[in-house]
Amino acid sequence: MSPVLEVERLEVSFGDVHAVRGLSYTVRPGEVLGIVGESGSGKSVAAAAVMGLLPPGARASGSVRLHGRQLLGAPERELRAVRGRTVSMVFQDPLSALTPVYRVGDQIAEAVRVHQKVSREQALAKAVDLLDLVGIPDPRGRALAFPHEFSGGMRQRVVIAMAIANDPDVIICDEPTTALDVTVQAQVLEVLKTAQRATGAAIVMITHDLGVVAGFADRVLVMYAGRPVEVGDVDDVYYRTRMPYTVGLLGSVPRVDAGGRRALVPIDGHPPAPAARPPGCPFAPRCPMRIEACEDREPPLFEVGAGHQAACIRWDEVRPWAAGDGAVRPWAAGDGAVRPWAAGDGAVRPWAHDDGAVRPSAGGGGGDGPGWPVVRGARRVLEVDGLVKHYPVRKGAIFKRRVGTVHAVAGVSFDIREGETLGLVGESGSGKTTALTQILELAEPQEGRVVVLGRDTARLTREQRAAIRRDMQVVFQDPLAALDPRMTIYDILAEPLRTHPRAPLRAHGGRAPGARVAELLDLVGLDPSHAARYPQDFSGGQRQRIGIARALALEPRLLVLDEPVSALDVSIRAGVINLLDSLRTRLGLSYLFVAHDLAVVRYLADRVAVMYLGRIAEIGRVEAVYGTPAHPYTQALLSAIPLPDPVRERARERTLLDGDLPDPADPPSGCRFRTRCPKFAGVLTGAERSLCVDTEPEIRTLGEDQGAACHYAEKLAVV
Amino acid sequence: MAGFLARRLLGSVLLVAVAASLAYLLAAGALDPRANYADRTPKPPPAVVDARLTELNLNDRTPLLRRYLTWAGGVLHGDFGRSVTGTPVGEDLARRAGVTFRLVLLGLVCGSVLGVLCGAYAAVRQYGWFDRLSTAAAFVLLAVPVVVLANGAILAGTWANDQVFGHRVLLVGGEYTAGLDAGFWGSLLDRLRHLALPTITLSLGLIAVFSRYQRTMMLDVLGADFIRTAMAKGLSRRRALIRHGLRTALIPVVTYFAFTTGALLTGATFTEKIFGWHGLGERLISSIFTNDVNTVAAIACLAAVAVLCASFAADALHALLDPRVLDARVRGAG
Repeated sequence: MSPVLEVERLEVSFGDVHAVRGLSYTVRPGEVLGIVGESGSGKSVAAAAVMGLLPPGARASGSVRLHGRQLLGAPERELRAVRGRTVSMVFQDPLSALTPVYRVGDQIAEAVRVHQKVSREQALAKAVDLLDLVGIPDPRGRALAFPHEFSGGMRQRVVIAMAIANDPDVIICDEPTTALDVTVQAQVLEVLKTAQRATGAAIVMITHDLGVVAGFADRVLVMYAGRPVEVGDVDDVYYRTRMPYTVGLLGSVPRVDAGGRRALVPIDGHPPAPAARPPGCPFAPRCPMRIEACEDREPPLFEVGAGHQAACIRWDEVRPWAAGDGAVRPWAAGDGAVRPWAAGDGAVRPWAHDDGAVRPSAGGGGGDGPGWPVVRGARRVLEVDGLVKHYPVRKGAIFKRRVGTVHAVAGVSFDIREGETLGLVGESGSGKTTALTQILELAEPQEGRVVVLGRDTARLTREQRAAIRRDMQVVFQDPLAALDPRMTIYDILAEPLRTHPRAPLRAHGGRAPGARVAELLDLVGLDPSHAARYPQDFSGGQRQRIGIARALALEPRLLVLDEPVSALDVSIRAGVINLLDSLRTRLGLSYLFVAHDLAVVRYLADRVAVMYLGRIAEIGRVEAVYGTPAHPYTQALLSAIPLPDPVRERARERTLLDGDLPDPADPPSGCRFRTRCPKFAGVLTGAERSLCVDTEPEIRTLGEDQGAACHYAEKLAVV
Repeated sequence: MAGFLARRLLGSVLLVAVAASLAYLLAAGALDPRANYADRTPKPPPAVVDARLTELNLNDRTPLLRRYLTWAGGVLHGDFGRSVTGTPVGEDLARRAGVTFRLVLLGLVCGSVLGVLCGAYAAVRQYGWFDRLSTAAAFVLLAVPVVVLANGAILAGTWANDQVFGHRVLLVGGEYTAGLDAGFWGSLLDRLRHLALPTITLSLGLIAVFSRYQRTMMLDVLGADFIRTAMAKGLSRRRALIRHGLRTALIPVVTYFAFTTGALLTGATFTEKIFGWHGLGERLISSIFTNDVNTVAAIACLAAVAVLCASFAADALHALLDPRVLDARVRGAG
């Protein structure tokens, strides 16, 4: 079959900055090509170049042929005829991809009418059909709605409907699910598959998520520093990896299916800035297999197998990552010397914590339940009991009246013992962030009780509150936003020491903050001599380390982590996760870890609480909850997470949830999850269902440290 | 749409009442009509002054609240009271409002439309020659006082009459040529010839402001993902920018347009004065000097009505551009 889209030696530059440097690929009809890369790898720019939608100031050269016709440099009129008809695009952020002031039906109809001579009514009818195809309930009514009335997942469906409106031959998807929750991601990927079946189009799937591509793509292209570094069939790239960068990526992805707690293996350093690429192989400075010859010149793509290419001069020594095996990197054994990935990183020793004493859960095989004693510490550092937070919904321009109540947190209870990590996970709208801010506020909650470090927040004096603030510190999600750009790192780290003057006196005999700042930077694996620099001089991962150092400045006992790694690239993320893990063991900290990423939580947490619509659906030890989840929501959530393992991913049976999160101002009666519950819809009899409708389930104990808020909870392995 | 506008109208009426009342109380408290009689020769006897002031509802010996109630009662019946000279305020202002309206309308339309177009085009070609030129010109115009601008326009007009047209095409001074008898079309032409220079003066300032405002709004929208989506559908850049970009970027400018209109009705004082149009702005200044409480209050009331009419129009335009505001499902946050 002749290829639909052929990209050859594509180069895109912005002035002197070369964003894409020689990208070539072909896509055949009906084929799915996954393009994987971290931010700055040039993958999105390359997609824009194919569509002819580069921002002004960008220059593209090379060749992009669609059905043999050259697109690069073609007149705008020709490109317009192709865009949206032969090649269409799905963008990353569905929230901003639709024009806010037009009805969605009209926006889809516009896509139809640009390329087809049909009447307004026919185009609208087609729009309704398309909305139906992408799984939007009541398409006729919803076509009249505005984008803001749709959830993120629904908007992405609309964008997909728009993309397939003219039966395109190629659909380019630029991170189509990155902004979405996992269960919604699973839905949208399913819709994309449906769309592909309906149109027979080839799909170019651009993503940073190795899991998304594993089950979806036929072939994979890995990009690094603007170039393809490994290309091949999915199975070849994942199981017969020949490029150290790909090996590193696969090793640093937290996996929800990992047996026990294997240390992640981060890649040293960070991707080079496009303006300052090292000579020779751009990955060489981060590569554990680097030899002198690597720096001579940039390696071309070597043919390493049938249809499998890798850009590494030592490709025949590279061995793929063996899943589940954390301690030895077989591919590095080829040259006789063991080269730990993290050797250059002072603070992080990925496999330094084989200390069973602190964490009885470390190690272990299939993660199947309580094969070891569950020992929880005696002292509670945080106790939350029946926490409630609701917000009024007001309406009216001059005279506001209350029309409803959003129950953001509706009765949440958990506790954290000394030295323990609790992962609080949930999708957006689950109330996890509200719960977190309620705890950080240190004020009397609307209902329920919060006890921090043995003190009830409802009865705190000023001094006690200040003391607790010293012992409970926060690390925020966005490391750049959390650091004042006008302060040096020294000032950022010294500020808490000055604000709480007694703390350093107590701990360090009144030394100047300088020594403590150096100590902190060393602790988080940064060079103490960099203290005079400003936050913008650091990469994302380093900034997050600074954020962690600031939180540790006062030697807190409890650290609250609000999505600390979700803003970081995959290869950087592993390093920060390992740092957090080792800090906890070394400093005896307790963590409250709030995240939406269940895989990350599995690596870091001892216990996990899964939230849904303001309540905890399931809580318990990580091994138990991940190994044999009992709540249908946990099961669906876990089954929605894609694994970076093509064979298993293709064989997996997913539990897809229907629809969106219900309106938190008007939650369903009884069990909050019943409207989307696969068990409620498919398994239960009418008599059994009435219990779900009438009675809100409380958390029931189902085993040693595992509880689920479901009347019909049943343990089931899903990963 | 009707329900939305009706709700808005109700709120506006309330606000007009509050604004007008406050304006009256301020004017009545601050201005002193009695002083007008102090330096007359021969000095009228106090009893006569008192009687005259009471007759005009301007007597400061009457409690403020009672004067206010008398005034408010009159206003409700459409009677704005009488000026210090005894002439009815309403008639005088009705005539002057017409003059100002005719002066401002064309300038406002030209200024805002051209300003929006300039700003939008400058944004689309950011850092191009047009953008640089219009930016520089806008800042110069914003820095030049209206007095200078108006006199510059007069000088330029005179020069053009002499050098370009050869006879007097652009007329300066007044609204129309007194005693001209040239039929409907003739008078219209005459009025337009009088209108040209003041309109240019007013427009230039507005173009400067609107182009800056629109440029910023447009730049915000230009990078928006939905423009890219529209182009990915196959729309041309121009259509994507106009249909999806300009419409979205116009929404905040519409609000600004409405309030400019309201303010201009009383704020075109210099232009009126220099071109000899006897409008509201001129009267506002003179009535403050003559301690004319009722006229000041009436003009303030008119200004409030103008601003609120304009904001009402802005709401209507806003709803037209952005139908989401009509949607009952939109919830005000918090």
